[in-house]
Amino acid sequence: MLHETAIVLTAFVYLGVLFAIAYYADERADAGRSVIASPYIYSLSLAVYATAWTFYGSVGRAASDGVGFLPIYIGPTLMIALWWVVLRKILRISKQNRITSLADFISSRYGKSALLGGLVTVIAVIGILPYISLQLKAVSNSFTILVQYPEIVMPAKIGVLATRQDTALWVALILAAFTIAFGTRHLDAAEHHQGMVAAIAFESLVKLLAFLAVGVFVTFGIYDGFGDLFGRVAAEPKLRAMLTPLEGVAGGYANWVWLTILSMMAIMFLPRQFQVAVIENVDEKHLNKAIWLFPLYMLAINVFVLPIAFGGLLRFPDGSVDADTFVLPMAEKRELLALLVFIGGLSAATGMVIVETIALSTMVCNDLVMPVLLRLRRLRLNERRDLTGLLLGIRRGAIVLILLLGYLYYKLAGEAYALVSIGLISFAAVAQFAPAILGGIFWKGGTRAGALWGLLAGFAVWLYTLFLPALARSGWLPLGLLEYGPFGIELLKPLQLFGLAGLDQISHAMIWSMIANVGAYFAVSLSASPSAEEHRQASLFVDVFRHEAGGARFWRGTASVPDLYSLLARFLGTATADSAFGEYASAKGLGWPDERLVADAELVHYVEVQLAGAIGAASARVMVAAVAKEEALSIDEVREILDEASQVVVYSHKLEQKSRELEAATAELRGANERLTELDRLKDDFVSTVTHELRTPLTSIRAITEILLDDPDVEVEQRKKFLGIITKEAERLSRLINQVLDLAKIESGKADWVETRVDMKEVISDTLAAMDQLFREKNIQVEARLPEKVSTVTVDLDRMTQVMLNLLSNAVKFCDSANGRVEIALAEREGFLSVDVRDNGRGISPEDHETIFNKFHQVGDTLTDKPHGSGLGLHISRQIVEHFGGRMWVESSLGGGARFSFTLPTGAAT
Amino acid sequence: MSESESKGQRFVALCMLGMLLFNYPILALFNVSGTLFGVPVLYAYIFIAWAALIASMAFIAESGGRQ
Repeated sequence: MLHETAIVLTAFVYLGVLFAIAYYADERADAGRSVIASPYIYSLSLAVYATAWTFYGSVGRAASDGVGFLPIYIGPTLMIALWWVVLRKILRISKQNRITSLADFISSRYGKSALLGGLVTVIAVIGILPYISLQLKAVSNSFTILVQYPEIVMPAKIGVLATRQDTALWVALILAAFTIAFGTRHLDAAEHHQGMVAAIAFESLVKLLAFLAVGVFVTFGIYDGFGDLFGRVAAEPKLRAMLTPLEGVAGGYANWVWLTILSMMAIMFLPRQFQVAVIENVDEKHLNKAIWLFPLYMLAINVFVLPIAFGGLLRFPDGSVDADTFVLPMAEKRELLALLVFIGGLSAATGMVIVETIALSTMVCNDLVMPVLLRLRRLRLNERRDLTGLLLGIRRGAIVLILLLGYLYYKLAGEAYALVSIGLISFAAVAQFAPAILGGIFWKGGTRAGALWGLLAGFAVWLYTLFLPALARSGWLPLGLLEYGPFGIELLKPLQLFGLAGLDQISHAMIWSMIANVGAYFAVSLSASPSAEEHRQASLFVDVFRHEAGGARFWRGTASVPDLYSLLARFLGTATADSAFGEYASAKGLGWPDERLVADAELVHYVEVQLAGAIGAASARVMVAAVAKEEALSIDEVREILDEASQVVVYSHKLEQKSRELEAATAELRGANERLTELDRLKDDFVSTVTHELRTPLTSIRAITEILLDDPDVEVEQRKKFLGIITKEAERLSRLINQVLDLAKIESGKADWVETRVDMKEVISDTLAAMDQLFREKNIQVEARLPEKVSTVTVDLDRMTQVMLNLLSNAVKFCDSANGRVEIALAEREGFLSVDVRDNGRGISPEDHETIFNKFHQVGDTLTDKPHGSGLGLHISRQIVEHFGGRMWVESSLGGGARFSFTLPTGAAT
Repeated sequence: MSESESKGQRFVALCMLGMLLFNYPILALFNVSGTLFGVPVLYAYIFIAWAALIASMAFIAESGGRQ
């Protein structure tokens, strides 16, 4: 049933489905309704990590050394735990700088160096070739085995096949065509391949389901669950040792650890992982789900590896190494399941090849070919109208070339190694990028020269310890090189460099290459200071979360809008250029085209970033520099800008604090000012009132004296009367002046207070005695209710007498003129004395109860009533009482007389 | 400390824990004969520890950092 045509047809139908998915996703993306804007699709696309190597190789490795395959998936899980710190930063940097590939990232970080970008590209292409050849080998092997059905024959035993049957070549060519169709249909400034991502996510589902299907079949179909399967393994003497596989193996743990570290690097720096994780990422937030979904995927696809491997080993004790995955379904005559496994393996292989070659072709185009072409003046590329066709052509050529090189490697060296070992050679190659990238995003001191020498040194060691032996083992170099070292120098044996033995080949290569790489990176970086461009890029990368503004701050020069536009149009086409400029203009609140658009630093930077999306940072820099006359910034100026930027943050914090303090101070000042204004107004009132009060008696004195002067014949009786008025008015004047002076003293705090223990009973008696004459004159009845004995109070005797005099004379003034009566009462309450002075006059209306204590306030209508006093007496009295800690108030109603009361604290001296 | 910072620190701590769990000597403690639910102890340990690690990552990633 499994005829060759049926298998080939199934494979093509499957590829057709993939293409349909990609096409649909691209259409949706063009319509603005992206299907890949989901964390689940993002997580599934990351699973492009699981290749044919996972599908066939893990089982092979598990069959030879148990858990030895697991570090390749546990390492990434550990690395993903750091993604929140590392990948999030790389994502942010890449979005801001429109990074299009791994090479672009490194080149951009180290001063947009074209040389560095080219070197990274070369390392990536050479390093990944074994990996691509692995996929070709896996697909062709699985196909070769499957067509033998129902026989189960390993490819090695079939012998050399004719070219017509050379499946690997056909696979390579078909995949090249497929990748071109996927990845280079049109040129996207953001380098997004939505269709490809959707197809990859679908493939990840297919390979997972296929692998789980065969796993469930082996574990529960052939055997009776995990317990049964492992029980049989334990019963088999030859296999029992594999249940504790880490025991007894020389360097077992060391190999395990190195493999973990290697895989940690691989998950970050394999070009295809960088492509799906960074370049194709549409939303940073997808990381939250991917951080656990992707490890979960790896866990799921590994659960059944051991059962499948052990199942194969139990069934064929002398069986194959690689192809166990679908050997069991074949042996059990499950044709459909075998076909599903083949499709699963095909998914894994095609997914890897498509993404890897797209990533590599972008690098080859942007970081290797374009920089060279743009520098060749003879080609006059700068003057070509439209370069989009050229860019796509280069990429398509690169895809075909890379796949053919992969095929060549497979032919040259592919047969000498098992799948796992081939893949690890590539892992070790991309691990060389780790120091330059990780150092580059966390350490500003890394320089272009440091990265260059680090990469060169690490790559050289990789070539010598891994690539060379692979060629030697395949017979292309003398085997003696491995056994005796070059020129018979034992210390330089590629597999035991400097005599380091006892490790597997990969760990050995990792140790030496990392020492060389990291050592050179740091040593060279530290030995020379970076250029202005390097310094600025270092800061943009390392502090990416600090200044979001990007690189526009660093540009100074002159440019014109038409120049910039035509530059963009040449590389991206007029439609894309128009929409890019339109977007920029509308962000500025302008239309496009619009003459008001200025070619300032921001626009130049914008154009450079757009261009970088298509041709890489280094080339974009060269092209923009050609149309915009840039003034080079010195390193000091760059430093200054950077320092300013970081200082501005500090300053703005300080400023905020200052302005808060200022606001508080302003509020205080405003309050003080209000108080001052009020006091000023009071002073003005005071002065005008005082002058008014002074003028009244003066006016009458003057009038009378003028009469006396003008008319000497005034009668004696009349004259006496006049002189009496003059005396009274003069008294009033001097009293007023005394009181004003008194008040000024009290209010300014300069009054002399002579404090003694005073008996208020005596004060009241004395005052009454002094005023006895006045009461009699006015015919006023006085009643004093004084207790036998009261506590003394600490007051100024003269001032207290003044208060009593004032209250009593007021009472005299205002009490009933015909039947006057004044009552004085002294009483002692708890802790204080109270004095009441009551009259039976016309009373005071309630609204005046407080105002009568104000300066110059006089009850009654000042226009009609003759003033009865200066209006200062009550005010001064209250000041005196309050000075000694007491209170003074009045209780009264119109027509009901008034009662003035005050209290004085008796103090502790009682 | 911002939420993203504290989240980052939790992840770093988790990564360190993972390195400890999947390394000598902890790994050697489980490299013994015998079974757990019918599965060899070493295999069972690795998969259980791995699953626990992923669960912790899911918890930190989805719950956010220390408030």
